[in-house]
Amino acid sequence: MDDTIAGIYADGWSRIVATMIRFTGGDWDLAEECAQDAFAQALRVWPADGVPDQPLAWLTTVARRRALDRIRRAGVEREKLREVAMEPVPPPYAGDADIPDERLELMFTCCHPALNVEAQVALTLRSVAGMSTAEIARAFLVPEKTLGQRLFRAKQRIRQAGIPFRVPPGHLLPERLSAVLHVLYLLFNEGWSGREQLSVEAIRIGRTLTVLMPDEPEALGLLALMLLQDARREARTGVDGELLTLEEQDRSRWDRRRIDEGAALVERALRRGRAGAFQLQAAIAACHATAPSMDETDWPQIVGLYDVLRTVAPGPVVELNRAVAVAMASGPEAGLALVDTIDGLDGYHLLHATRAELLVRAGRADEAAKSLSRAVDLAPTEAERRLLTERSAASRRTGPRTGPLSGPPPAG
Amino acid sequence: MKYLMLVCIDPEFTPGQDDGKPEVDDWAGEMDGKGIRLMGDRTRPSSAATTVRVRDREVLVTDGPFTETKDVICGFDVLECEDLDQAIEVASKHPMAWTGAIELRPVWPWGVD
Repeated sequence: MDDTIAGIYADGWSRIVATMIRFTGGDWDLAEECAQDAFAQALRVWPADGVPDQPLAWLTTVARRRALDRIRRAGVEREKLREVAMEPVPPPYAGDADIPDERLELMFTCCHPALNVEAQVALTLRSVAGMSTAEIARAFLVPEKTLGQRLFRAKQRIRQAGIPFRVPPGHLLPERLSAVLHVLYLLFNEGWSGREQLSVEAIRIGRTLTVLMPDEPEALGLLALMLLQDARREARTGVDGELLTLEEQDRSRWDRRRIDEGAALVERALRRGRAGAFQLQAAIAACHATAPSMDETDWPQIVGLYDVLRTVAPGPVVELNRAVAVAMASGPEAGLALVDTIDGLDGYHLLHATRAELLVRAGRADEAAKSLSRAVDLAPTEAERRLLTERSAASRRTGPRTGPLSGPPPAG
Repeated sequence: MKYLMLVCIDPEFTPGQDDGKPEVDDWAGEMDGKGIRLMGDRTRPSSAATTVRVRDREVLVTDGPFTETKDVICGFDVLECEDLDQAIEVASKHPMAWTGAIELRPVWPWGVD
């Protein structure tokens, strides 16, 4: 029973919260409290009575009744709520399908550019994913109180600044959708470095988004990218938890189902003829994920995809990744020539690590050692420092090789 | 929803980024016509400002603006908009958004929490 309710919670929370936000005229706190109360009541009543045929309709009806109770009891100073309380009580929803689906409104409002990114992330996890304040606080390693205040201020700001609860009109849509996608990818990447639940939620929300907006290729592209990266989650660390490079990973441990789904999605997206940054990154990830080995990877194809990506989303990290692909396709000197033209990444450890690897491959060991020690100095985590040190030792033992490091590319 | 639109000068602005900047008269005409702009005007620079305080029942008048910031606010408008999205759109069409900055302050009516 608990599993059934948990499943209904996972799918239904955002539907009910969105409906309740609309019902309360934009009172997010009241909407969430009442949705929470409805699930609490379900936990009390369903084990004895059984799960209703139309659980969302049941829950939303309970939540709405609870909202009216609270509004009436509290006397309520807020004008919008007074109006709600004056209305006749609406009839209960007959079926789950009768509940308007306002999850998109919810997502776009959570990711409104008038909120800062931290607030966007916290709101999305609370209102769309249904994570509790305590869970979100743990995931971001901040005190629960801090996170609670962040959510409180965000909701207050939505109401006071007049941030609308709606899907933006066409002329605003591309920019606003990219804000939503950005938040999801940020969540996914947070989850990549250990807090897996965030990745799970990002993929789940991404999936919902592609159902609600089937014509947006970048939404498909982001879902594909997340699936293709997530397919390597189990394989990216070795027995002692050390990070493994793409080359060192046991490809039989990659999740074939995710890869197939991701590859199919990116193809479907690219057929729309509006290639964006997420689609292109997903296409590159698909090239890696479907290759049997490093050597059998279609490097010229990857270079071609980077050529398009650098026009769509120019930036030094894209240039660096492209240089690696060029090195794999045409040799280390060609890659090095490109690496040396990149501006603005001098403080980025992977620039120096890449340079070191390419220099080793080109037989320029002295220069390589210098770049490597710079990379080690700049590496942000102990695991990455260790990876770099071991890779250099390995390359001295077995001869020069290079390949991109595992993990999602940094945004930009 | 009502917004007070503070029209501000940005001292950091580097000329050349404002190609295609709209005309303020066109902006005011459009927003007046749509019933969005309820009122608005330029304000004289801070050299013409007077600051008033009352301390211990004594009226203290100083010449100049309240804050140290020089000549930031150069005008204001009061807008009646559907929501923040509309206010942002209206603000983004104002020429001073192209060379300065526009701050949108929601009006907080008495009796509303």
